[in-house]
Amino acid sequence: MRRGRSGVPVPLLIPASLGVAFLVLPLVGLLVRTPWSELGPQLAAPGVGEALRLSLICATSATLISLVLGVPLAWVLARSAGRGRSVLRALVTVPLVLPPVVGGVALFLVLGRRGLIGHWLFETTGITIPFTTAAVVLAETFVAMPFLVISVEGALRAADARFEDVAATLGADRWTTFRRVTLPLVSPGVAAGAVLCWARALGEFGATITFAGNFPGTTQTMPLAVYLALQRDPEAAIVLSLVLLVVSLATLLLLRDRWLGRAAA
Amino acid sequence: MSLAATVQVRRGTLEVDVDLEVADREVLAVLGPNGAGKSSLLRVVAGLLQPDGGRVEVGDQVWDDVAAGVHLPPHRRALGMVFQDALLFPHLSVAENVAFGLRTRGAPRAEARRAAGDWLARVGLEGLGDHRSAELSGGQAQRAALARALIGNPRLLLLDEPLSALDARTRLTVRAELRRHLAEFPGSTVLVTHDPVDALALADRVVVVEDGHVVQAGTPTEIGRAPRTDYVARLVGLSLLPGTGSGRSVRLDAGGEVAVAEEASGPVFAAVRPESVALYLSRPDGSPRNVWPARLVGATPHGATVRCELAGEVPLVADVTAAAFAELGLVPGSEVWATVKASEVAVYAR
Repeated sequence: MRRGRSGVPVPLLIPASLGVAFLVLPLVGLLVRTPWSELGPQLAAPGVGEALRLSLICATSATLISLVLGVPLAWVLARSAGRGRSVLRALVTVPLVLPPVVGGVALFLVLGRRGLIGHWLFETTGITIPFTTAAVVLAETFVAMPFLVISVEGALRAADARFEDVAATLGADRWTTFRRVTLPLVSPGVAAGAVLCWARALGEFGATITFAGNFPGTTQTMPLAVYLALQRDPEAAIVLSLVLLVVSLATLLLLRDRWLGRAAA
Repeated sequence: MSLAATVQVRRGTLEVDVDLEVADREVLAVLGPNGAGKSSLLRVVAGLLQPDGGRVEVGDQVWDDVAAGVHLPPHRRALGMVFQDALLFPHLSVAENVAFGLRTRGAPRAEARRAAGDWLARVGLEGLGDHRSAELSGGQAQRAALARALIGNPRLLLLDEPLSALDARTRLTVRAELRRHLAEFPGSTVLVTHDPVDALALADRVVVVEDGHVVQAGTPTEIGRAPRTDYVARLVGLSLLPGTGSGRSVRLDAGGEVAVAEEASGPVFAAVRPESVALYLSRPDGSPRNVWPARLVGATPHGATVRCELAGEVPLVADVTAAAFAELGLVPGSEVWATVKASEVAVYAR
C-alpha cells in the first residue's frame, strides 16, 4: 500500500514499534531457548500427553457449554431494550475484569461442598464438584463465556434485523426465525466468539487452580503443568509452553481461514 | 378477503392516522414523500409494529383491534410482503428462499421445493433455483422476493417501495411483470411508493399521504387531473401520453410522436414530468429530439415556479422558474416551442 504523504508520524511510529517488539520478543525468546534436541524425550515424558489431552477436552467442553448458554444470552442482550439490559450486560462482563483467582474463590463459595448450591447438591446426590475435571470445565466456562457473549452480541447487533421481519411475514415465529435466519446470519460471529472463548479456556490458570486444584490426570491442565514444571525443570516448562503456543496458533490459523476471515470482511 | 384498516401510530414526532380500504383484486397505492409515515403504516398492517390505536381487519379476521386488545403476531397473518431491497436470505439458495414460507407453515420439503420451482418459472427465473441469492441481479432478486411473498397464497400482498432499489431500465421490465402478477392475484394489494409512475402504472386507486395523514384519494387519473396540494401537484403533475411503442419512439394515440431513450413496443404510456419541459420563443437548434409547437393556455404560480399548461398536438404541462416566465414574456395565448430530452421521458406498459 502506497500513500501520498509518507507513512506514520514519528511520535506514533516509535511507541508502535516498541509495542510490537514487546509482544513478539517473549515468543522469540521461547523459540530461542527451546531445547530442540531434547524435544522428543521431553514430549514423551509421562504427564505431558495427559495434561494436553485434559486441556483440550476441558477447553472444548467449556466452549460447548458457553455456546449453549451464551448464544441465547447474547440474543437476549442484543434484542431486549431498556435499563434491565445494561444491568444484565454489566453482570455478564464482570468475569472479563474479575481476577480469575477471585472467580475461582467465588465458584468455590457457591459450588464447594459447603457452598450455597454445592451443599444442597452434596446432600441430595452425594456429588461434589471442586477438585474434579468438572470443576476445571466450570472454572474455564466462567472465565471464557463472556468473550463468546460479547462477540455474538456484536454480530447480532450488526446483522440486518429486517431479515427477521421478512421471516415473520413468511410465517416464521420467533424461535423458527432464530434457528433458520438469525443464527445462520451471525454464524461467522459465533465462530469467532467460540474461538476466542476456546483460547481463553485453554489458557485458564487462576480460577482452575483455585477451584479445581492441581491433580495430574484429573485437573492438571497444560498451564498448571507449565507453572509446576518451571519450578523443578525449566526445560520441560519451555517445551510445554511451546506445545501450548503451537496448539493455539494452529487453531487460530485453521479457523481464521474458514470463518474469521468472513467475519472480518 | 378485503382489507379494512384504521391505523393510528406515533413514530417520534410523526403522528400517523390513516384509514385504508382495499377490495379483493384491488391494488391501492399509498403515495407520499419519505418520512410521511407510509412504511410505518405498512408495518402496522403486517403486524411488525403495534399500532397505538385503530383496527386492522382482513375479510372476517381481525388482525389488530387496539380497543379490544387484539394483536395477531405477524407470522400468523396470511400476508406476503416485498421489501425495497429484496432481502433474500443470503445463507439460502434462491429456491430455499422462495420455499421458506411454505416450510415454516409445515409443508413437506419435496412439496415446498416443487412449488418453489413452479413459482420461479412463473417469475421467469427457471433454472436459477440452486444459485445463491447473492448471485442474482437486482431485478432477479426482486422477482424471487415476489415469488417468495406470493407462494403461500396470501390474502394480502404488501409492497414496500418494491422498485425503488432497481436501476431505471430494470425498473421498467420488473414494473411491467409486477403489473401482470398483480392482475392475477386474487387478494388485496397495498403498494407503498414515493414514485408517482409506480402508483399510476400499478394501482387502481391512490391514497396520497403527507405528514401521516391522507391529503388526497382517488383514481390515478383523478389525482393527476386535480392535485390538491403542492406536493401532489409536483408529484403527479406528469403528462401521461398514451401511445404505441416501436423501437425508440412512441406514436401517440392523439397524434404526434415522442422520442424515448428505452426500447418500447406495444401499448405504452409515455410520461413527462413538468420540470423536464423547457420552453422557447423560437425553435431551438440544439440536440433535443422532442420539439413541439404549443400554445400557452394556463399558468399557475407554485412557489418559485410557474406551472404552464400547453395545448397543441402533444398536450404538456411545464414548470418554469418565475424569472424565466417573466423573461420570456409569456401570457396566455403565447405561441412557444416545448422541448423534452428523450432520456427524460418515462415509458411503461399500459
